[in-house]
Amino acid sequence: MSSVMTAETTEASEKVINQVQDGPIVVRPEKGVDIKMSAEGVSVFYGDKQALDDISIDIHSKQITALIGPSGCGKSTFLRCLNRMNDVVGGCRINGRITMDGEDIYAPRVDVASLRGQVGMVFQKPNPFPKSIFDNVAYGPRIHGYAQHRDEIEEIVVRSLSKASLFEEVKDRLHDPATGLSGGQQQRLCIARAIAVNPEVLLMDEPCSALDPIATARIEDLMWELKEKFTIIIVTHSMQQASRVSQRTGFFHMGVLAEVGTTEQIFQNPVDNRTRDYITGRFG
Amino acid sequence: MILFNEKLVRKRNRAERRFRAYGILSLLAAASVLLFLVYTIVSSGYSAFFRTTLLMDVQLNAAHMDITSPYTRDVLMQGRYTSLVKTSLYARFPGVSERRERRALSKLLSPGAELVVRDYVINHPESIGATVALEVPLSSDFDQLYKEHLPRTGEHIRFSEVQLRWFDQLQEEGRLNYRFNTQFLFGGDSRYPELAGIGGAVVGSFYALSVCFLLAFPLGIAAATYLEEFSGNTRLTRIIEANINNLAAVPSVIFGLLGLAIFLNVFGLPRSTPLVGGFVLSLMTLPTIIIATRASIRSVSPGIRQAALGMGASPVQVVFHHVLPAAMPGTLTGTIIGLAQALGETAPLLMIGMVAFIANVPATPLDASAALPVQIFLWAESAERGFVEKTSAAMMVIMAFLILMNILAVIVRSKTQAKVE
Repeated sequence: MSSVMTAETTEASEKVINQVQDGPIVVRPEKGVDIKMSAEGVSVFYGDKQALDDISIDIHSKQITALIGPSGCGKSTFLRCLNRMNDVVGGCRINGRITMDGEDIYAPRVDVASLRGQVGMVFQKPNPFPKSIFDNVAYGPRIHGYAQHRDEIEEIVVRSLSKASLFEEVKDRLHDPATGLSGGQQQRLCIARAIAVNPEVLLMDEPCSALDPIATARIEDLMWELKEKFTIIIVTHSMQQASRVSQRTGFFHMGVLAEVGTTEQIFQNPVDNRTRDYITGRFG
Repeated sequence: MILFNEKLVRKRNRAERRFRAYGILSLLAAASVLLFLVYTIVSSGYSAFFRTTLLMDVQLNAAHMDITSPYTRDVLMQGRYTSLVKTSLYARFPGVSERRERRALSKLLSPGAELVVRDYVINHPESIGATVALEVPLSSDFDQLYKEHLPRTGEHIRFSEVQLRWFDQLQEEGRLNYRFNTQFLFGGDSRYPELAGIGGAVVGSFYALSVCFLLAFPLGIAAATYLEEFSGNTRLTRIIEANINNLAAVPSVIFGLLGLAIFLNVFGLPRSTPLVGGFVLSLMTLPTIIIATRASIRSVSPGIRQAALGMGASPVQVVFHHVLPAAMPGTLTGTIIGLAQALGETAPLLMIGMVAFIANVPATPLDASAALPVQIFLWAESAERGFVEKTSAAMMVIMAFLILMNILAVIVRSKTQAKVE
């Protein structure tokens, strides 16, 4: 009887060890680090299908956090929870808590439009509005009422384009259609458009996957400069990109956050087996 | 040497050639039918744009006109010009004195002749007492004779020998002229073919289409936008959607009955007016506009919506700042096509009484009026030879407007498309 019990106990303790291995290994933030956004036990369902399971992660302020993982692992879904872009998807349900500066962004009194003004987003495919370059950048400040006079708007447009290191290339054709720009320029325009409203967080959903290596390098340089002012979260397919630009990396696998830590630690000394397999190219 | 199955390749190439030949044949068939149609209409209708006039010396005798000084407009409108015209005509043929012969002679001229004289007198009252040379229209039968549409000899001849002799005499003296018929383009309808004009119908159609556009365009866009962007996919919206698609296929005469029952009988709006015509046509055009708008809203790239939402635009801002402008080319094209359909609709207008004989050009959408297709219908029913060419000419006018609207649709689409891209 007792031997049976021992066997059960051993099995149970093995299970616990496995669960520890499966669950997110959260590296607690060092002291003095500013947490900009924080997710606690976030699960996302599309209808009956669960896309994310119990995600908890802290996003450090004024750093670049990369989210990596194989296709369909839920990293983009998680990114879209951070500015409530999933709200517009029919049948999408979100459990858990996401805070920005300690405030729940899913609280009823939060205005979604204003939240998205503070958490800007750059998409996978460059998607400038079919308007002029100027109007693209001026759109955010106009709808959020940041600037009334033409002079102020012009100043914001020039400043944003300069910050996105696009101004020199387009200064003579600000009123030409934005769709005439090259892919890389369009993506930098989208970044300029996003930072024109002076957001605190910038979400980037595979911003370079439609670009050639030279355009990609420019965007990465730009991100490096932008992190001085903004908190950046980037979803990327490319592990090289994650290791090049980010300070912190989270690895998603099949809807769970398998591991999160400093980029150095994740790439050089991953704790989780799945992370190690992915990074060494066993799968993905 | 590449290996291939020679038989199979030959068979495949033959099928390819055969298919192309079918395509070219069907194109040729369609083109020849179209050409035949256009040729028939134009060849029988172009002469309606011209009419024969007689250059006649008219002595503007105040006593004959039965008017006295001062010659105000009202006085001149009351004058008797019939006898003046007749006297002038008889003066050309001094030998004709018998009453019966004189009546036959007066048949050469249109009743419109006195109106020409009247208008001249009203515009030039200073010439009363003088003799002026005026071009007055011939009656329809002699107009048709001049155009060689009616035979001079044969069984059912409409002219007496003496009438033909007078006609030939006038022609030899060079008194008959073949003039562009402005009255046809700008005038109202008339019982006399040589005086009938398409102007009233054109203006009536214009008013009706304007009312139709002002109603159907904003309503259609609003309905399409709400259904596509805000309503969500509920059972109710699916039912509404199916019914809108069904409405587009409802026979137009039924819309006319609906208009008769609701606009005329319940609301008591004036019968035969372009206002009610426009209401009825807008019922027909609405489904077309809604369907076209929904299709073009659906084809707006999702990237633009996401970008706008991501910038913190509210759903209404997304729609009005981005989705609708991007959908505009398709919407406008659909609207113009819908209006072009409405322009050609006859049945619903018959139901609300726009088929009445109306000689005036309507001044407002509240005046009774004809419309282009109904005018064609009315003229096609008339027995006189003179209305045959009018019918074809009216078809030419309506086709010209349709072609214009379709060209406009193409221009609007390419202009707005260029702006959107």
